Amino acid sequence: MMLQVPTPQEITAPALAGQSETMVLNIGPHHPSTHGVLRLVVELDGEIVVNLAPDVGFLHTGIEKTMESKTYQKAVVLTDRMDYLAPLSNNFCYALTVEQLMGVEIPQRAQVIRVLLVELQRISSHLVWLGTHALDLAAMSVFLYAMREREQILDIFELVSGARMMTSYIRVGGLAYELPAEFMPTVDTFLQRMPSHIDEYESLLTGNPLWLERTVGVGVVDADAAMAFGLTGANLRATGIPYDVRKALPYSGYETYDFEIPIGKRGDNYDRYRVRMAEMRQSVRIARQAWERLREMPPGDYMTRDRKVAPPPKEEITHSMESLIHHFKLWTEGFKPPRGDTYLSIESPRGILGCYIVSDGGPKPWRVHFRSPSFINLQALSHMSRGRMVADLIALIASLDPVLGEVDR
Amino acid sequence: MDNPTLLSRIRARFPQAVRSSTEFRGALSIDLHADAYADLVTWLRDEPTLRYDFLENICGVDYLGRTPRFEVVAHLVSMQHLHRVCLKVGLPEHNPTIASLTPLFATANYQERETYDLLGIIFTGHPSLTRILMPDDWIGHPQRKDHPLGDEEVAFTFNQEQIYARKPFARE
Repeated sequence: MMLQVPTPQEITAPALAGQSETMVLNIGPHHPSTHGVLRLVVELDGEIVVNLAPDVGFLHTGIEKTMESKTYQKAVVLTDRMDYLAPLSNNFCYALTVEQLMGVEIPQRAQVIRVLLVELQRISSHLVWLGTHALDLAAMSVFLYAMREREQILDIFELVSGARMMTSYIRVGGLAYELPAEFMPTVDTFLQRMPSHIDEYESLLTGNPLWLERTVGVGVVDADAAMAFGLTGANLRATGIPYDVRKALPYSGYETYDFEIPIGKRGDNYDRYRVRMAEMRQSVRIARQAWERLREMPPGDYMTRDRKVAPPPKEEITHSMESLIHHFKLWTEGFKPPRGDTYLSIESPRGILGCYIVSDGGPKPWRVHFRSPSFINLQALSHMSRGRMVADLIALIASLDPVLGEVDR
Repeated sequence: MDNPTLLSRIRARFPQAVRSSTEFRGALSIDLHADAYADLVTWLRDEPTLRYDFLENICGVDYLGRTPRFEVVAHLVSMQHLHRVCLKVGLPEHNPTIASLTPLFATANYQERETYDLLGIIFTGHPSLTRILMPDDWIGHPQRKDHPLGDEEVAFTFNQEQIYARKPFARE
């Protein structure tokens, strides 16, 4: 079976030549239902989608190219701008890859904080997905509830990094700053409340006949097609394949946490919904375990002590010549990883986020490439929407959960 | 599955394919000859004891000043054996051409289009090798090392007409 992903020209050309009985509808690039700057060229027979071509690239900002002109540490800032609903996951992926390239050991405590924060990030990202997905199917109230809880997570991010969205908090070598004192009680309160909030969303949607009608059996993709299209994350697990990088090829100590991988059966919108809801509960579970571990650890270890990677503390600079030299070298020139190339992938909220870095031995990366899950997941959209109604197509985009900043980079 | 076993199996099945191999931070990279690339990937995917059935990533690198100048990098994952392998193919500066993996993995479609768009590497057998991220009338391949950063002129109200007059779409 050849799984086609048509280009916009392939759909518009026959229509422009007047050889077609069907109608071509252009949705976007700016359209409230496309979740970003995405253009869809849809071939319609009445209200049925015959063929569809996503047209991407409107948000292309050359992040990979720009990174080649920045030192490794400075390039962290650019990773925030890719998947703007999960900046910490992007920071995390990039930092882990550079650390693997350098062979740096990260303190236990910093690893636990990273896990805690990216799990909170997963919840906040899934909340945006839930809210907009429900909004696309005209369930307005779920959006308001989801945004309410997301706000609390963004407050936690503001507490640790000073920024609500473009955090740049996870740096190469550890974290940017020490956690503030309010962090532990705030996270504790949030984790206590969150499970009941998830129950609240589920009571609105899971058994709702209108919700079931619009999601069950819509946008079905089977396991073979999902594998071929390279679908990852909840989209892949909804088809019944229990592949999660956190379990399969663990990083940052995920193998020591106790959690399950929720999977679906049919690979339709409803299964994707169920998988993501269950994932939020698992994220709360992981975050709680990380919180318990963090409580046992004395404060201080948030950055590696390797002075060739991490800057020395400010107070050391005033009395140590060596620290001053390290500080100066790191901020003017940056560190130089050994010659080589390395690839690493993490489980971001949207699927497998991979980072490939080539080092020529200099202070700037020779090449950085991101395997962005949204870009690759979007290829399955035409396959999933063929034969469905236009209204289902809108629900399908939300269900795939692409972030266009990450698609175009 | 571990790295030496995989490498010896590949060498046994395709004696001419492997140019060299490296292991860096526990990850295996195999440098291949371009003509063996598609056959090797097909075999890695279909061989029941290997099952590298997931093409995770495919991208290109421009090593300006080195021969071969370009390199296509593919990362395959075996979900059964939980093992990852990196395949690399060096390509010459003039007419860098390689077989497309899209007939084998549908996921290669966009990734190869991106590599073509940004680096100018041609994938033969790709169903629709067109630009994807850059505008259709763009000249050049911006991810190449000899394409300067900030090459694009910034259009303001006072000079946008002059700039647009120099663009290819103005001549159509």
